[in-house]
Amino acid sequence: MELLLFDGFNGLIQGTFYALMALGLSLIISLNSVINFAHGGFMLVGAYLAFTLMPFIGFWAALIAGPLIAGGFGILIERSLVHYMYSRPDPIYSLLLTFGLALIIEDIVRTIWGAQGLPFQIPAVLGSPVSATYFFITGYRLFVMGAIALATIALFAFLRLTSFGIRIRAGILDLETVSVLGVNVYLLRSVNFAIGTLLAGFAGVLAAGVLQLAPTMGDNVIMATFVAVVVGGIGSLLGSVLGGLLIGLAAGVTTAFYPAASDVVIYVIMAVVLIFRPRGILGQEGLFE
Amino acid sequence: MRRGLSLDRRFWINGAVWLLLLAAPLWLPLIGGYMELASRVLIYGLAAMAVNLLIGFTGCMTFGEAAYFGLGGYGAGLMLTHVTNSTPLAVLVGTLVGGMAALIFGPLVMRRRGIYFAMITVAIGQIFYFIAERWNSFTGGEDGLSGFSRTPLHLGSLSIQLTAVPFYYFVLLCFAIGAAILALLLHSPLGHTFVAIRENRRRAQFLGIHVERYVWASFAIAGFIAALAGSLIALEQNFISPINLYWVESGNLVIMAVMGGMRSFWGPLVGAIIFIGIQDYVSSFFPNNWETFIGALFIIAVVFFPKGILGIARRRRRVA
Repeated sequence: MELLLFDGFNGLIQGTFYALMALGLSLIISLNSVINFAHGGFMLVGAYLAFTLMPFIGFWAALIAGPLIAGGFGILIERSLVHYMYSRPDPIYSLLLTFGLALIIEDIVRTIWGAQGLPFQIPAVLGSPVSATYFFITGYRLFVMGAIALATIALFAFLRLTSFGIRIRAGILDLETVSVLGVNVYLLRSVNFAIGTLLAGFAGVLAAGVLQLAPTMGDNVIMATFVAVVVGGIGSLLGSVLGGLLIGLAAGVTTAFYPAASDVVIYVIMAVVLIFRPRGILGQEGLFE
Repeated sequence: MRRGLSLDRRFWINGAVWLLLLAAPLWLPLIGGYMELASRVLIYGLAAMAVNLLIGFTGCMTFGEAAYFGLGGYGAGLMLTHVTNSTPLAVLVGTLVGGMAALIFGPLVMRRRGIYFAMITVAIGQIFYFIAERWNSFTGGEDGLSGFSRTPLHLGSLSIQLTAVPFYYFVLLCFAIGAAILALLLHSPLGHTFVAIRENRRRAQFLGIHVERYVWASFAIAGFIAALAGSLIALEQNFISPINLYWVESGNLVIMAVMGGMRSFWGPLVGAIIFIGIQDYVSSFFPNNWETFIGALFIIAVVFFPKGILGIARRRRRVA
């Protein structure tokens, strides 16, 4: 029971990262029609720059600065490369472009910061376990969950309550009509891409404190993130969150019973979902086919 | 179907390609290449041609072809370690293992389209990857399967050591078989049906074509050919590792196909020449940073040459 709780909680933490990553990925897929393989790369950018800035500005400022830089980097990439892909309906091109980008980012990060994992200092306040029996529930882990929940709520509020967010949602439904109504869809797509990469950067900074700061961090998370998006349903933001939590928990619980299968279980879930419910848990019909 | 290319021209192009491949040991050292590299190019070229059957000719975006490639490799490797010391038999069994897997998993993927097709093929591939990585006692786990080597070929009383040049010709023979199957297929009614599905899936359906069955067929054939290439890569490396099953390997195969030209028969081979060539050349100068060059290659290929190298050549010619 202890073990199950321990692995389950670990899985839930993983799941919240997958959910946050999947949320950004899902936004980018829906509005930019780009399958962003470099999403893990943006996560790396956020995490490593936060790590570098932290000695100068402290943890809390780095937690804000890392994601913002990742978002800015996202705009740069969108303007310089990704926008070439908008005129190509076949998703294979955007997939390969961002795949190349992911290779480059990972390689550069490895060259600058080294292939070994780096220690990521979290504030002492958050470092200690909350209770003695449940040693694995540290303050930082609770903080991570809270921060991700807050970010998710903030994103949904932004999309529902602000006019820019409403335009993004309308653009997801019908970009042509939105453009005819006089909305600058180029700006819309750029900002949307930036929001997605900003979320990835945020996930990166938070994950650096739980997992380890290593160049393979993004690579390990990106496939699980895709699985989360597909399981939740491409085009559904809420589905992405659900999918992320579900596969994280499933992987965690599997670790308790049969550790060797913990990596494979998420792909099995995805295969099963695609067979019985091809559009994912909350997906819409006809998107990306 | 192949517009722009007259029969006569196709004859000369094919003749030139085969002549160059047959004479490779003569001209390759002159430009600084070596035969192991040529064998690798042919093997990856064949696997990329299998990928292209799905992507370029059937319109199905596979992103998990490394599964069948790697399974072929493991099949051949395990045969040589445990069962036989006959190289051709190992290749045959490897091909059958990977191909049968594609045949069996075909029904799972045949109904999916677009991004879903890519995701389910990745998912299946990753399942095999993690099995190979975790099942230490059988597959050698993360370190890969080693401890086997290619054995001499026996032709009657003749025994041929498979050193660099003879092995190249062995690979070329297998490549020729795979390429011939693909060429015959693409010129058959079956191949035309694949192209019809690529061009307009719904219209093909209205014409009474059982689209899903044909996608299954295409997926299985591509699986067999990728597995053939995979069993050869196991022999070439004398080693097979989970890396050959990983989704990055699938991505590499896709980029070879796209870079060379998705709509052309020889495109994937051209893509493999460029990819393997650059990988080999760059990694001798920057052993730690060749990934950046490969990534840059992806980006340049996708942004500037979306139709592939051969696609450009064809467009130029039509203008001229």
